[in-house]
Amino acid sequence: MKIVSVQALENIAKDVRKGIIEQVYSAQSGHPGGSLSCADILTVLYFNQMNINPNDPYAKSRDRLVLSKGHCSPALYAVLAKKGYFEEKKLREFRKLGGLLQGHPDMKAIPGVDMSSGSLGQGLSIANGMALNSKMDKLGYRVYCVLGDGEIEEGQIWEAAMTACKYKLDNLCVIIDNNNLQIDGTIKDVKGMEDIEGKFEKFGFNVIIVNGHNISSLIEAFNKARQVKGKPTAIVAITTKGKGVSFMEDNAEWHGKAPNDEQYKIAMDELDDKKE
Amino acid sequence: MNLDKRIATRQSYGEALVELGKVNKDVVVLDADLSTATKTNMFAKEFPNRFFDMGIAEQDMIGTAAGFATCGKIPYASTFAVFAAGRAYDQVRNGVAYPNLNVKICATHAGVTVGEDGATHQMLEDIGMMRGVPNMTVISPSDDIQTKWVIKEISKIDGPVYVRLSRYATPVIYDKNEKFEIGKAVQIGKGRDCTIFATGDTVAEALIAKDLLEKKGKFVRVVDIHTIKPIDVDTILRCAKETDKLISVEDHNVIGGLGTAIADVLAEHNPKRLVKLGINDSFGKSGKASELMHYFKIDSRAIVDSVLK
Repeated sequence: MKIVSVQALENIAKDVRKGIIEQVYSAQSGHPGGSLSCADILTVLYFNQMNINPNDPYAKSRDRLVLSKGHCSPALYAVLAKKGYFEEKKLREFRKLGGLLQGHPDMKAIPGVDMSSGSLGQGLSIANGMALNSKMDKLGYRVYCVLGDGEIEEGQIWEAAMTACKYKLDNLCVIIDNNNLQIDGTIKDVKGMEDIEGKFEKFGFNVIIVNGHNISSLIEAFNKARQVKGKPTAIVAITTKGKGVSFMEDNAEWHGKAPNDEQYKIAMDELDDKKE
Repeated sequence: MNLDKRIATRQSYGEALVELGKVNKDVVVLDADLSTATKTNMFAKEFPNRFFDMGIAEQDMIGTAAGFATCGKIPYASTFAVFAAGRAYDQVRNGVAYPNLNVKICATHAGVTVGEDGATHQMLEDIGMMRGVPNMTVISPSDDIQTKWVIKEISKIDGPVYVRLSRYATPVIYDKNEKFEIGKAVQIGKGRDCTIFATGDTVAEALIAKDLLEKKGKFVRVVDIHTIKPIDVDTILRCAKETDKLISVEDHNVIGGLGTAIADVLAEHNPKRLVKLGINDSFGKSGKASELMHYFKIDSRAIVDSVLK
């Protein structure tokens, strides 16, 4: 059941953000910044774009998503719970011994997780394998792969970029969550990373640049990507790390830190629109 | 035992893949620009639509194989052992083994028997590395017949497997009707003076040593440990009980390999002295394979000396 109302999707994204804060707060551990920056992207994919059914999570012809930036699992888990893959109360078991939700996505345990991830730079190769399988067996499904902008410093990403273009994987859509920050600072300061769109374009991708927090722009970008034949698409989503929680926004400090009681309350109030 | 006919296990692998490809349509093969050396080019020729040359990008190859496996394919991914287990270790660990994916990593050119290419291409740590990875089955076949069996047999295991293959043409040991079992070592001979545990290309050397020793009045048995993980605990303990002396010999670092795996079993169940022959924590060097086996003391002569010592 695809949701088309932008307002409804925005409301879901807000709940996803609350789910992220809930998880990281209850675990007192995890990665809120990058989870919040990709919340809108994942919301649009799972609720508007992907051909999936939570009652049949292993269907052969389902669309697939690889969250290559696996530390942003809270965003994926919040979306999957909201979508009905598992009960929302499980979010409180995040990172806890005996709980369902491992620190990084575990496909063997968690319904709806298409691939385990956590070690950065590996997801695009895996997404390629899935996309190749779709073409080989004429299953017609699409594969989405969410990368961090810091993550693409890993060399394997560019090995995989060549593979995606060699095999003309037009059923593959890569999303770069371009929030500009990594643990040690900005992507420019840490590794001199600039012109992400130019890099992917030179490798042979169809590139779309989009505001990663604008629901209708995201929908439009994903729809455009579907129309492109003969090459994969890379969507560079311009985002804000920590988006939606004022004190976390654009602050590398919140890459991997949990809010305390007071911060938790402020964050939840902000997301509830109780405070402007 | 006639050991005159020699075939490299990489060649057996290439042939076995073609046979497997005919009967199992789920098998796909990936290589990293070494298909003429790993012999996956035979499969590529027969089934071009199920062969993927990933270029000089081993990490990407293992990842793509993992992606295929999530969709129900049975990928066989090949490159030299030094790149498969070494360069792509993290991809094997996190991308294949942790999610317990059905990827068969078939690594050729293991050990000093790579020969002339020298240390950078002679993988001596892979058994140790792969043995330590949860969910991984580790197999090191000793000849053509056993390799052909292994390649087919592992397609029936639902999970990751590391197969260690050799560049060097080694003697054909077994009759083509010989029956093997994953996790079950093959005992050759019943001698009680010594057990020689061997794996991969040292099994033939152990068998040559066995014949030489018989002429000197020493009666040994050779135990071909083709499956290093899970290891055949029962056979190791029985041989430890039945024979006076224990020797292990491998084309691998003495740290972490076959000898270590056997020592683990002995230490836990029934401590007994084990003499480990292998590469003594050094890198390899360039030379002919047979010269290097002699130089590093993993050939039949070194085994004979060690039994007699």
